[in-house]
Amino acid sequence: MTALARPVAALGANEFRIALRNRWVTITVAMMALFALVLSAAGSAPTGDVGVDALSVTVASLTSLGVYLVPLMALLMSFDAVAGEIERGTLSLTLTYPVSRSTILLGKFAAHLAVLSIAVGAGYGLAAVAALVVDPEATAGLPALWRLFWSSLLLGAVFLAIGYALSAVARRPGAAAGLAIGVWLALVVLYDLGLLAAVVADGGGAFTTHALPWLLLANPADAFRLYNLAASEATSAAAGLGGAAQTIPALHALISILLWPLAAFALAVAALRRVTP
Amino acid sequence: MNSLTLSQVTKTYDGVTALDAVGFTVAPGERVALLGHNGAGKSTLMKIILGLIPATSGQVTVLGAAPGSQTARDGTAYLPENVAFHPALTGLEQIRLYLRLRGDDPARAMDLLDRVGLGQAARRRIGTYSKGMRQRVGLAQALIGNPRLLVLDEPTSGLDPVSRRDFYTILDGLAAEGAAILLSSHALTEVEARTDRIVILSQGRLMANDTLAALRRRAALPIRLHIAARPGAADEVAAQLAGGRRNGVMVDLTCGHDDKLARLGDIAALKGLIEDVEIIPPSLEDLYSHFSRRDGQ
Repeated sequence: MTALARPVAALGANEFRIALRNRWVTITVAMMALFALVLSAAGSAPTGDVGVDALSVTVASLTSLGVYLVPLMALLMSFDAVAGEIERGTLSLTLTYPVSRSTILLGKFAAHLAVLSIAVGAGYGLAAVAALVVDPEATAGLPALWRLFWSSLLLGAVFLAIGYALSAVARRPGAAAGLAIGVWLALVVLYDLGLLAAVVADGGGAFTTHALPWLLLANPADAFRLYNLAASEATSAAAGLGGAAQTIPALHALISILLWPLAAFALAVAALRRVTP
Repeated sequence: MNSLTLSQVTKTYDGVTALDAVGFTVAPGERVALLGHNGAGKSTLMKIILGLIPATSGQVTVLGAAPGSQTARDGTAYLPENVAFHPALTGLEQIRLYLRLRGDDPARAMDLLDRVGLGQAARRRIGTYSKGMRQRVGLAQALIGNPRLLVLDEPTSGLDPVSRRDFYTILDGLAAEGAAILLSSHALTEVEARTDRIVILSQGRLMANDTLAALRRRAALPIRLHIAARPGAADEVAAQLAGGRRNGVMVDLTCGHDDKLARLGDIAALKGLIEDVEIIPPSLEDLYSHFSRRDGQ
């Protein structure tokens, strides 16, 4: 292994072991599996009528679920990453080893992303199995489900990195947890409500036609939802702001969800560099 | 070449001077104790040496290189004060990680844990360890890769007396192999016997930097003589020697270093009245108080 990969692998394996022992793997897998099964059960009934296969319907539901759950799981795993090490005194120790700050974050990032991919994979996999059991045509929805899987990981990556940045800024685990919940509420819940209120007040004016698409693309959670709904045939199942999906090309949303992880990770590294151990 | 050279090292935080023109050296194989009150600047100085924080001014050379450089990090080991490793990991897993980070063979973790007396507990989670055991994990990671400079911040706080003795035995072995050791401590009596030189910091300034014997000479603190008189003779002994009576049988005297033999002669002349004599040289606590209070307080 190269000089960079070796410490990243060592730190990542260690962090994964901690996630396993702290039950994060169990909790996130159980959470995703439970919600995916509930959505499959709820979504399997009306398939015959709308002429769409069962899995495509489930993917639309899973998109709405993932946009809330994936960022939440990512922030829960990441808020302690830097603040916890500062509190235990291990950050200053690790920094005296021949290891850079970005390497430390990369190791944590690799492990947390692995946990997320196991949880998301288990949840979506169960949904696929459930759909295939009730509807043999459901294989038509597999490309959409695969797209949902990797875009969920990109969304998770964004919020992991945001969690690291908050953790480095807060310096104490309690404060970092508060900030993480605040960011989740702001980006995932309140942002859309605010836009919705603005659209209603605007009444189809310049804001709705010009500013709204860009504001949707600027938020990773909205870009994730837009990309999956725009690319999927099941847009009919979309509600609320998802209706705007038709006006924004899927490519723009894809660029947004590809750029966000890089930007957020750069932000996290910058925040960690400012920490005085 | 010295393993560590500090010259005119100054650190200010928002106008407050944490370190003021501190300079000293540590040679290979030398064990130096860094003493000072809480807030005297010991931890700040160590972090500057490790390259974790920059000095405001002054020069620091670690193993011939700049602090925090690859050469310095490769050859330096650190034990932070009150380090608490992740409770979910075992001691073995934790040391394996640190071996990998140094590019060393993780299979050597068990040897290191045996060396600090943690072999039996290696496969138990650190969350179940006592404070002394966690401190031993910290020491085990500091032994990785035969470091040429060890920087140990309060390494024996929380250790029981037997663990402390074991700890210093390991340090003696490292120093004998040529490692330079800089350790801070509050337990003055233990550094007295176990270090070669003492550096005293007070409010960011270097107050003393010498061997214990030289510090004793320089401070010229009085020597105390405790005389146990025979029953009923305490008053007479006190009167004859112009000393103070402590209780029914004990008489206390103090004298300068040069008067010691003369005073002992006086005491010997009264041998019919005296049970025993104890000579108490100035302790490290006395020296520490003397040097850390000079100018100012």
